[in-house]
Amino acid sequence: MPEIKGRIKKITSHRLFLPLLCLALVLLFNIATTPDFFKISIKNGMLYGYTIDIINRASELVILSIGMTLVVAASGGTDISVGAVMSVAAAICCFILSGGEHSVSQYQNPFALGIILALLASLLCGCFNGLLVAKLKIQPMVATLILFTAGRGIAQLVTEGQITYIRVPGYKILGSAIPGIPLPLPVFAAVFVALITALVLKKTALGIYIQSVGINSKASRLVGLKSSAIIFFTYVFSGLCAGMAGLIASSRIYSADANNIGLNMELDAILAVALGGNSLSGGKFSLLGSIIGAYTIQALTTTLYAMNVSADQLPVYKAVVVVLIVSLQSPFAHKLLQKLKSRLLSGNSQRRAA
Amino acid sequence: MKLENFFKKVNGQSFMLSVTIGLFAVMYIIGMIVFASKGFSNLQVFLNLFISNAGLIVVASGMTVVMIAGGIDISVGSVVAMICMMLASFMEKGGISAPAAVLICLLTGLVFGLVQGFLVSYFGIQPFIVTLAGMFFARGMTAIISTEMISIKNELFLKWATAKIYLPFGGYVNKKGTMIYPYIYPSVVVALIALVLVFAMLKYTKFGRSLYAVGGNEQSAMLMGLDVRKVKLKAYVLNGFLCSLGGVLFALNSCSGFVEQAKGFEMDAIASAVIGGTLLTGGVGNVIGSLFGVLIKGTIETFITFQGTLSSWWTRITIAALLAFFIVLQSLFAKAKEKK
Repeated sequence: MPEIKGRIKKITSHRLFLPLLCLALVLLFNIATTPDFFKISIKNGMLYGYTIDIINRASELVILSIGMTLVVAASGGTDISVGAVMSVAAAICCFILSGGEHSVSQYQNPFALGIILALLASLLCGCFNGLLVAKLKIQPMVATLILFTAGRGIAQLVTEGQITYIRVPGYKILGSAIPGIPLPLPVFAAVFVALITALVLKKTALGIYIQSVGINSKASRLVGLKSSAIIFFTYVFSGLCAGMAGLIASSRIYSADANNIGLNMELDAILAVALGGNSLSGGKFSLLGSIIGAYTIQALTTTLYAMNVSADQLPVYKAVVVVLIVSLQSPFAHKLLQKLKSRLLSGNSQRRAA
Repeated sequence: MKLENFFKKVNGQSFMLSVTIGLFAVMYIIGMIVFASKGFSNLQVFLNLFISNAGLIVVASGMTVVMIAGGIDISVGSVVAMICMMLASFMEKGGISAPAAVLICLLTGLVFGLVQGFLVSYFGIQPFIVTLAGMFFARGMTAIISTEMISIKNELFLKWATAKIYLPFGGYVNKKGTMIYPYIYPSVVVALIALVLVFAMLKYTKFGRSLYAVGGNEQSAMLMGLDVRKVKLKAYVLNGFLCSLGGVLFALNSCSGFVEQAKGFEMDAIASAVIGGTLLTGGVGNVIGSLFGVLIKGTIETFITFQGTLSSWWTRITIAALLAFFIVLQSLFAKAKEKK
């Protein structure tokens, strides 16, 4: 008996238990409401189905949440400018490729130039955030608030307030699929970013540095780590991730819509990190947890859409989920649970005594 | 390092406030010179700053209270949209009278503040996360009430919205030869009364002073015997109420409710408070500063309307640039203080 109990405790206390449980719950709910949820069909050599759709649509969120995880881990704050940075990257890429027109059917500049400049712009946004947080010691959320406000304005300035269309088949590839490969390309992009990040964190000491700075930045500095440089790096990386996500989102709709690309994505990314079992006050982190969290959120979104909830109303349910999760994580809830546990245990022992 | 010495010597608080007031004065004088032919110097243009920003003045003073206590509330824009939509749908679809609808809305704001405050103070969740969730919740609720725009046609409500109160001075003679006096709407009066009350509350009541104590240093406030959690909770409740009052004033100005309303309003409120000298780290702040923050934002908007060819997103970019400037200034003061 105690062996089984110990094993259950081991499983439930594992860091990825809660994120996986959440994902399982959402998927189970879907089996009950939508019977053909797990049905996957093949049309024209492409896989189709709810699950494929979730994996595909979650790609941008996965990339964002990877960047967000590192930001949260190192600085104990969040980068709320990611959605706006996405729209900046998309706007700049489309602006370069269209050469200032609002709808083109041919590239006016090389494709690579557009991508590189867009990524550079997002990198620059990340540098700006990093500078404010790491060097000037401004609260992360407030520092990123500046770009959160200005980002969409800058994007609109670039596109002159209009939607810029790139009607070139090649531009859609990043957001759709290459013929012959059954899975959409964004899925691979997300996996690629995740693998590279994980490799760098595992093979170098960077992962440990980030954790140590997140747990105590002053102590880490005294030990000899460049705390502010590490925090700066995470913000730059988060900006870059947002840029990549923005390019994918833009490729999906072969245009730059400054108002809608990446809208509300910052909440989803923060939610993914929290759902992944990461503490929002920094320190230890699990990249895998965040990725599972991102897929869970997309599963939840798709589920709600399948239940005919409109896009406008979606935030209500997500907000409730966020509050529930962070309340469960809070010290207050932990204390409450502990009290409950000890009361139950003491009740048991009293019964035994009687 | 001369600059550092300067930051050490100057009293940060009053310096920031004077920078803000000075900035406003300079901007306004520039406007008077540049747009002299378009009548920028008319008193009515100045009063219009108050008329179009009555809601923001109240919301920004609520934000100031929360920020002094060391918190932040980014849900205010969505709550304002929700209040406008509730008012519109109550009066136009529910057939509820105007005073009752306003009362229900104010109560909703109180409850909203209570829930957020409870989560922040008793559950110990970061205020940013709680109010981010609140922001999405309120915006989504607005869409649940109605995804289409509702115009307010209630007679009594429109009467409140358009009752002009003429000032007995500052008039000018128009082309037809009649004397025209500048006017304000009742919403401005309500906003200014709320502002004065919050100012007095912060300065002269026990609760007001404990807000500064909690925001300045939570640990010492607790050791002093203050119930930190209760103070924080009260700050959020007050903010919720002011936010809904601001929403009602906003509705008096716009006379409609729709999902996209008041987008980015939270940034305006936070930017106003920060530009007005409220510290993001808590413990320092003043609603008078926030009022000037709002007026600066209004002046930028007036510039853009008078200029005519600039697009509206320049407002957001300028506000963000100003916000960045003041935040950096604040951090320089904080650094200088640390070195002292």
